[in-house]
Amino acid sequence: MGRVFEFKIGLLLSFLFLIVSLGNAATIVVSPKGQEKVISNAFEIAQNGDTLIVQSGVYQEGAMILKKGITIIGEGTPVIDGQNKFENLLVEHDNVRIQGIVFKNSGSSSFTDIAALKIKNSKNIVIENCVFENNFFGIHTINSSYISYLNNELISGMTKGKPSSNGIHCWKSNHLTLKNNTVKGHRDGIYFEFVTQSTIENNHSVGNKRYGLHFMFSHDNLYKKNEFRGNGAGVAVMYSKRVHMINNLFAENWGNAAYGVLLKEIDDSKIENNIFQENTIAILADGANRIQIFNNQFTKNGWALKIQASCSDVELNKNNFIANTFDLATNGNLVMKSMDGNYWDKYEGYDLNKDGVGDVPYRPITFYSLIIERNPGALMLFRSFFVKLMDKAESVFPSLTPENLKDTAPIMRKIKHSVNDTVFKYQ
Amino acid sequence: MKKVVKYVAFDILRNKIVIAYMLFLFVFSMGLFLMEEVPEKSLMSLLTLNLILVPLISVMFSTIYIYNSSEFIELLAAQPIRRKSLWLSFFIGLASALAIAFFIGCGIPILLFSANSVGITMIITGLLLSVIFVSVSMFSSVYIKDKTKGIGVALLIWLYFSLLFDGVVLFVLFQLLEYPLEKLIIGLSILNPIDLVRIISLLKMDVSALMGATSAVFKQSFAGNIGSIISFVVLLLWMVLPLYFSVRKFDKKDL
Repeated sequence: MGRVFEFKIGLLLSFLFLIVSLGNAATIVVSPKGQEKVISNAFEIAQNGDTLIVQSGVYQEGAMILKKGITIIGEGTPVIDGQNKFENLLVEHDNVRIQGIVFKNSGSSSFTDIAALKIKNSKNIVIENCVFENNFFGIHTINSSYISYLNNELISGMTKGKPSSNGIHCWKSNHLTLKNNTVKGHRDGIYFEFVTQSTIENNHSVGNKRYGLHFMFSHDNLYKKNEFRGNGAGVAVMYSKRVHMINNLFAENWGNAAYGVLLKEIDDSKIENNIFQENTIAILADGANRIQIFNNQFTKNGWALKIQASCSDVELNKNNFIANTFDLATNGNLVMKSMDGNYWDKYEGYDLNKDGVGDVPYRPITFYSLIIERNPGALMLFRSFFVKLMDKAESVFPSLTPENLKDTAPIMRKIKHSVNDTVFKYQ
Repeated sequence: MKKVVKYVAFDILRNKIVIAYMLFLFVFSMGLFLMEEVPEKSLMSLLTLNLILVPLISVMFSTIYIYNSSEFIELLAAQPIRRKSLWLSFFIGLASALAIAFFIGCGIPILLFSANSVGITMIITGLLLSVIFVSVSMFSSVYIKDKTKGIGVALLIWLYFSLLFDGVVLFVLFQLLEYPLEKLIIGLSILNPIDLVRIISLLKMDVSALMGATSAVFKQSFAGNIGSIISFVVLLLWMVLPLYFSVRKFDKKDL
């Protein structure tokens, strides 16, 4: 009985304490016209749990450092300006929430990673509805966990002569959530290094100078419903395990070294229900093991798939291949785990028993694609009559193309995928 | 000379084969444009057809025409016309007639459906190809007296330029795999007008990114302002050189 009573008292006390501490949470208003004009001063005054309301205006306060767990709310799009010299804001405390602030004109440097917003050694941080304009790094995350970036917009690369670095840059962090962000004109749109157990959902990485998404050593991450479009070199992902990419759109990554997705040393990963459209190479896999490529749509790519012989146990099922110049290319004796049940628009076989599955296997590797893999100079003969004739002869009597690379059950009609998600509205 | 040109040109334009060629080109290219929603794709298919058909028709038709009118040529040679202008007027007649046929058959549909830089390039290169192969056929037919042999050689010329040459190129490229091939590729593509036209057209199209580093090399040499002048000059040489040698030969030929 006594113990229960004590417990109740304890509960009551802690509840009271909670109320008191909530009551203590003050609201500080910063405004160019108000009492408190300087954000850094407000940082000094504020206690953990306080709310800082920043009203519209331009704040040029050099490099700000926040070491308290407060909420910052921007009213009427206040601007924190780095004057092209400073790091706008460095956060080094847990439990911070920042909403509706415009971060502008961070400094740039070849020696240090100057970011508009840097988060270091922190936990439980939410950055929401913020705008990042004309910065070197947009958001830089170091050694932090449980961080959310929601509905932010990062645009850079508009000032001539000013270098731009990565949009959302994360290093050695875990449990991140990136949702509904838009990154444009940065070097890499989203960059991860040693980032684990994170979710990247519904982001738009468009027109970045190098990669739309670039990650290394980042295991167990989920990439869902994102759009990667028109980036200089597409998307490159390396040295990671258990990556799951689902319902993404990879489009218009067009150029001599641009890839829809470059998979370099990726293991145990799934690529499902994505759309690859108008990329020079939709997927280039090098040293990738146990990759499952299911239910994807490959349309109008130069090469739909380039899978190097260094890959093993790749599974390729139920994908649609439509209007690609080459469906599959490889550089040696590639062995796939399975490659069945895809739809290939170049398939010329028949289906006598009308079960929707072609009766003769389809070989996606053409003779010419083998030749240019060995001798790029042979691209001089691209689309020539000679090449067409050669391919035709080889497809009638296959002798040089790899014997085991074939789809034994090619589907006769285009497969309907359940990818009618938000991604589709960008088509 | 004018009279001869007029006569030859009209004679050819009234020819059933040329009309059929023109109609076929027209129907085919119209069909392609109407079937396909994206004009670039139809242009691509049209390019493939043009690269095969235009040289074939040009070289075969003009060879046969010249052999068939050998008596007429002899008759005209007896008239007070200079041999040079006689031969040139035959060339102009043939070339203009085939070029007109190509322009009506292929050029008008392209202008209707895709009058952009790619389309214009296709028309210009198609016209050049027509004229080049007339010139090549005149070169071969002036050296060979026998009709059957001449037609056989014309067929071989077409086969060489559209197929065998590419085979040789592939062979050479594999033999010299270990060496930097960029300059060699440029040199090789200059040696075949069909290849050159194909590369110029592909460079104009979006697919050039597929060609990787090779395309960058080609772009340097054949695209852009100086590049287009270079490629145009090369094609012009292909037109002028065979013609020049054939005129020289015809001047001294014992008819």
